[in-house]
Amino acid sequence: MDSKIPHGEMDKKWDDYKGHVKLVNPANKRKLEVIVVGTGLAGASAAASLGEMGYKVKTFCFQDSPRRAHSIAAQGGINAAKNYQNDGDSIFRLFYDTVKGGDYRAREANVHRLAEVSAAIIDQCVAQGVPFAREYGGLLSNRSFGGTQVQRTFYAAGQTGQQLLLGAYSALERQVALGNVTQYSRHEMLDVVTIDGKARGIIARDMVTGELERHFGHAVLLCTGGYGNVFYLSTNAMGSNVTAAWKAHKKGAYFGNPCFTQIHPTCIPVTGDHQSKLTLMSESLRNDGRIWVPKAKDDKRKAIDIPEEERDYYLERRYPAFGNLVPRDVASRAAKERCDAGYGVGTTKLAVYLDFADAIKRYGKIEAGKTGNHHPSDEEAIGLGKAVVKEKYGNLFEMYDKITGENPYEMPMRIYPAVHYTMGGLWVDYELQTTVPGLYALGEANFSDHGANRLGASALMQGLADGYFVIPYTLGNYLADEIRVNAIPTDHPAFVETEKAVADRLNALMNIKGTESVESFHKRLGKIMWDKCGMARNEQGLKEAIVEIQQLRKEFWSNVKIPGEVNEFNTELDKAGRVADFIELGELMCIDALNRNESCGGHFREESQTEDGEAKRDDENFSYVAAWEYKNDSNWELNKEELNFEIVKPTQRSYK
Amino acid sequence: MEHYNMNLTLKVWKQKNSKAKGSFETYQVKNISSEMSFLEMFDVLNEQLIEENKEPIAFDHDCREGICGMCSMYINGQAHGPWQQNTTCQLHMRAFKDGDTIVVEPWRSRAFPVIRDLVVDRTSFDRIIQAGGYISVNTGNAVDANALPIDKKDADAAFMAAACIGCGACVATCKNGSAMLFTSAKVSQLALLPQGAPERESRVLNMVAQMDKEGFGNCTNTYACEAECPKGISVSNIARMNREFLSAELNSED
Repeated sequence: MDSKIPHGEMDKKWDDYKGHVKLVNPANKRKLEVIVVGTGLAGASAAASLGEMGYKVKTFCFQDSPRRAHSIAAQGGINAAKNYQNDGDSIFRLFYDTVKGGDYRAREANVHRLAEVSAAIIDQCVAQGVPFAREYGGLLSNRSFGGTQVQRTFYAAGQTGQQLLLGAYSALERQVALGNVTQYSRHEMLDVVTIDGKARGIIARDMVTGELERHFGHAVLLCTGGYGNVFYLSTNAMGSNVTAAWKAHKKGAYFGNPCFTQIHPTCIPVTGDHQSKLTLMSESLRNDGRIWVPKAKDDKRKAIDIPEEERDYYLERRYPAFGNLVPRDVASRAAKERCDAGYGVGTTKLAVYLDFADAIKRYGKIEAGKTGNHHPSDEEAIGLGKAVVKEKYGNLFEMYDKITGENPYEMPMRIYPAVHYTMGGLWVDYELQTTVPGLYALGEANFSDHGANRLGASALMQGLADGYFVIPYTLGNYLADEIRVNAIPTDHPAFVETEKAVADRLNALMNIKGTESVESFHKRLGKIMWDKCGMARNEQGLKEAIVEIQQLRKEFWSNVKIPGEVNEFNTELDKAGRVADFIELGELMCIDALNRNESCGGHFREESQTEDGEAKRDDENFSYVAAWEYKNDSNWELNKEELNFEIVKPTQRSYK
Repeated sequence: MEHYNMNLTLKVWKQKNSKAKGSFETYQVKNISSEMSFLEMFDVLNEQLIEENKEPIAFDHDCREGICGMCSMYINGQAHGPWQQNTTCQLHMRAFKDGDTIVVEPWRSRAFPVIRDLVVDRTSFDRIIQAGGYISVNTGNAVDANALPIDKKDADAAFMAAACIGCGACVATCKNGSAMLFTSAKVSQLALLPQGAPERESRVLNMVAQMDKEGFGNCTNTYACEAECPKGISVSNIARMNREFLSAELNSED
């Protein structure tokens, strides 16, 4: 494995790289075809940018339109080192916060580049007409997010992901109109085609007709998001899946740090077995909401009847420096700790309060003061304060109300951690290329920038950085050597054989004709993963999980029941293929978690903790990226990319 | 909230593919919790159908948090069901009571052909955006984001229009099958912002032309679209688009 990190000073690497990278001239770009799988922030921005440059691009998404990709659901915001607030932000600070936030398990050079291009992302989005929140003077507004002490997050109410995705989508549609991009919706990539060791195309299934299609590309970009749905319940969309990345893995792409999962602290708690997904309440709420549980165990009183002195604001107590704005992994574990100790609230006792009463009063007093009323009554202040909170978080409060039937302006929200994001993903080098030449991974689908824990508002930044500002440069360095390769006809034996293997697998699934539904298998997998490879992990549990998953896999392939036919619109068949891949991935995640006998970021091994229960890293033995190479069924080989920290020296992370 | 369970009768549109003739099928579901979402109730029904060796019902859905715009059920004669400013995926079963009969249809419009059961083809919306729903700025062309201050009032109004999720409830609700609310939301967003000014006239003319070409109907100001829009997109956007259109036509050199 060569991570291809450029030589030289950290803050010069990217500029030097761009200055010396190979270029493809415009006439040659027209002859080069690029396949982009997935049309979220990373995919749409990459496809639009490459189309603008003159490459012939094809995009694929399983939804009915690229605009539906799950980036759309990101709520809180996007980070950028603009320092518009004059609060001491800089590229270095964003870089430093991200490396530290990731608990020193990210690659420094990639993170530095991310921080460098962050400002240009905001410029690009504003130019596209993305309506970010603004101040009365007409300039852009910022807010804070966890794990930082500056205000560098740009936002559009609680719908930032939507606005950014629609910006990238509109740029993409413009390229479709200009004929530079061909768009395939309701298509699912079911394998990568490799010829002489290079990625040369894909096999995709038209999900309406069930027909398999062959598509050639000089390069293939996977922008297919994360794999949080391996846990069944997560904040991901129902269709989010690992299939494209997993097929690439089985064709030779190493999988990096698969066990690094982000459990987000503020989600609406599970209500029952019928639950199909979990809904996030944006981290931005922790700017103004205070998290607490009762000081007494099993306190049956309503939240508003519990007096101030009987409440335990445990994040403020444990982490006075960052308070409610500690990083996600820390906040999630602290919630779990309180609930496990018996202080949880709500019917399931697996929830804590997120309370806005103080913020409402505080904002109300400020508003009253603006009109000269310096001693408003509580009632006046609360009325005015609610309006301020509504403007900031209105859509989130409404969403909470719709789901729970409770009004969060009147009583605190109940929240609990839930699977949200996967830092792990396909291993890529500095150029975002996987271990298969010509095969790239962008956005959440790769492993590179967030280490063992992602900071809030950094996923949108990374997806767009990869698509708008990284791949347009790095892809040329590969394609410059491909200009003599003519488009390979798709009757080439590699296409024929790969398509046959895909068809055989689909038929094998259809022919099982067992008795248990796909959904049931998925739920069973999710339970194993959540119980044994979730917020806390230990050797015994992981070993048990590996055996259970292997057993589940056998059962799946002998007893799954898929109705309908292979050559038609068949959502159960779509799901079956994805769950089959999730089962294999689940095993690898447990193997990776077992191998990594340290705690770092979102990966908490119970055997490795400090006296006060914080994650304890083991830099001597685990300062590496675990890049797993697929050998055959249930058999992987571990490759290590050593992490060298030139700038940010690893220390025990402290938010106290 | 008090929770309760209910038994329901469902009449759901079944249609094998775009060419087949469809019809309503009747199903019974039992012990549905008031805490479930409407789509979770459909999950229960589909699991039951698979168990009984019957075909499950095809329906579109993805994020299940009201933002992707994929879910699209016409429930008891209302797009996205009885709650206001709400998507099907966010509709919860406490909106119904024990013994209710619920009728579920796909979006119905000439420009949204049925693919299967409750799934329709909305690619016509993509083509309307392709006709001009963007600002032509290549990656790397942008100036500093704060170089162009924008009145908060305009920025907020642009955001309100940009909140459209492209679900198509407006079209499904409109007796004329008009896509004016969808199209005008994008036209408004970009007309309200200075960045959108250079292509302002060609944008509205091209998008309206594409809308007509796709077979969407005309607007006769019934405002049903606004009433059923899950994101509360205002019909004032339609008025703005009409003004933009007229002024663009007057200035048109053709």
